Amino acid sequence: MSTVRLQFVGLWGVVERNIYLVKRYAVWEVAWLLWTIANTLTIVFIAKGVQAAGVHIDLQLETLTLLIGAVIWSYLGLVFQVITETVAWERWEGTIEYTFMAPLSRAVHLSGMGLFGVIYGLARTGVLFLAVAAFVGVHFHQANFITAVVVLAIGSISFVGIGMMTAVLPLISPEKGAQLGLVAQGLMLVVSGVYYPVSVLPEWMRWIATISPATYALKAVRDGILHSASLGSEWPDIWPLLVLGVVTIPLGLLTFRAGERYAKRTGKLKRSG
Amino acid sequence: MYAVEVNKLVKQYRRRRKDGVTIKPALDGVSLTVAPGECVAILGQYGSGKSTLVRILSTLLLPDDGEARVFGHDVVREDRAVRRLVTRVSVEASFFKRMSAAENLSYAARFYGLAPRQTRTLVPQILERVGFPDQRSHEPMQNLSRGMQQKVALARALLTAPTLLLLDEPTTGLDPRSKREVQAFINQMQAEHDTTVLLCTHDMDEARALAQRVGILHSGRLLALDTAERIELMYDAEDLEEAFLTATGKALGEDFEEEGERV
Repeated sequence: MSTVRLQFVGLWGVVERNIYLVKRYAVWEVAWLLWTIANTLTIVFIAKGVQAAGVHIDLQLETLTLLIGAVIWSYLGLVFQVITETVAWERWEGTIEYTFMAPLSRAVHLSGMGLFGVIYGLARTGVLFLAVAAFVGVHFHQANFITAVVVLAIGSISFVGIGMMTAVLPLISPEKGAQLGLVAQGLMLVVSGVYYPVSVLPEWMRWIATISPATYALKAVRDGILHSASLGSEWPDIWPLLVLGVVTIPLGLLTFRAGERYAKRTGKLKRSG
Repeated sequence: MYAVEVNKLVKQYRRRRKDGVTIKPALDGVSLTVAPGECVAILGQYGSGKSTLVRILSTLLLPDDGEARVFGHDVVREDRAVRRLVTRVSVEASFFKRMSAAENLSYAARFYGLAPRQTRTLVPQILERVGFPDQRSHEPMQNLSRGMQQKVALARALLTAPTLLLLDEPTTGLDPRSKREVQAFINQMQAEHDTTVLLCTHDMDEARALAQRVGILHSGRLLALDTAERIELMYDAEDLEEAFLTATGKALGEDFEEEGERV
């Protein structure tokens, strides 16, 4: 069998395994989705709260702005979580040694986790978006969903790349590594304009925002849904996403490989940590 | 070409204690060879270095010094080539516990290049071959006994058709019947597939029943490696257990500290 075919079949194996797990934890998936909907609603209702306090705002616009921020934040969290589970869940189940000694290249292994993260994230985020939008009664007369979905897919490349970098943390620190992954996610939350414009940030934070893929993804998705922007008009936000994707994927792989080598040298690549 | 060639292999674990870092040698210059199709058993107490040896050959651990080759491939520099040839069955049958035996085997088979259309028929066949009841193949693994789980672990090994099978205490904790079934399966794999087997165990009877040669590993040093009969002669012993006692000064039940890094 050719090496390329073996790697493609292996890539599907990673996706397949995660589909089995989602099916086996279906009830928990529903419970978690309900929690995410409730959490998103608490953010979206802030717009109504501000209006109730007497501030004059475009309620539809502000509600949608917050909704898009919360939904993309949720998507980012899902992609990160799935990739971080490359190590954390496997260690917990005790399967890590079998997976890491399979003849699958680490790039394919991590790409499989990333691919599943994107598919799963898009599906769940779509349900979340529609459920919350229906609940608060917003409408999308001007929305260009093609722009939104394509931009999110392009942005996902760099989300997966950054996820690969954080996925190695549980390998280095079995006890606290997974939680440390939240640091990268939290940093992106602060600087990327999830709930407020980047322009309100101090200058040094605005600089960090320029290297966060979430900044460009959020802006382009909002332009698509709120202002019916076409893909072509969003090129100024799409090309930085492509550049960041080209940079973060190899960087993520290199970081993971370095972490894996450290774990193999120190004996930490094992089920019990 | 040897199936396994280990030359002056060294591995140390560092442990951080109040009075500084201590170094515990897990493997201290171990050298051995295993011929293709041969079964070699390594006897040793817990903490003697058996698992460290298996983990290095599985490419899960990097040695500090020396080298190890599997069918000519260096385990450090050519790790992917080694991983294509090796499968490991350890004391813990490691699976996703909520997933069924069939699901666990299906995804594992993908990692070795078996497409869904191949495993649809192959997985039930292999489960049947290891004596796993078909009606339970879709139950979550967490509902199965240890013996049943170990059968699925063996089915996984068979599915990947390994050239080298690394067995790390495969029957520890199993009831006598399951133990016999596992041992019969190992014999069968060797006979039918000419699989090379490196068996790490502290079960003397198992070593004698399965292996053509037996090694004694103690404190990271390989004290002897020969047929069971010659080892008994070497130590002027009635049986392997006595030979082990004479060689190491300890019984197999006496445990060393657990292997692993604590830095």
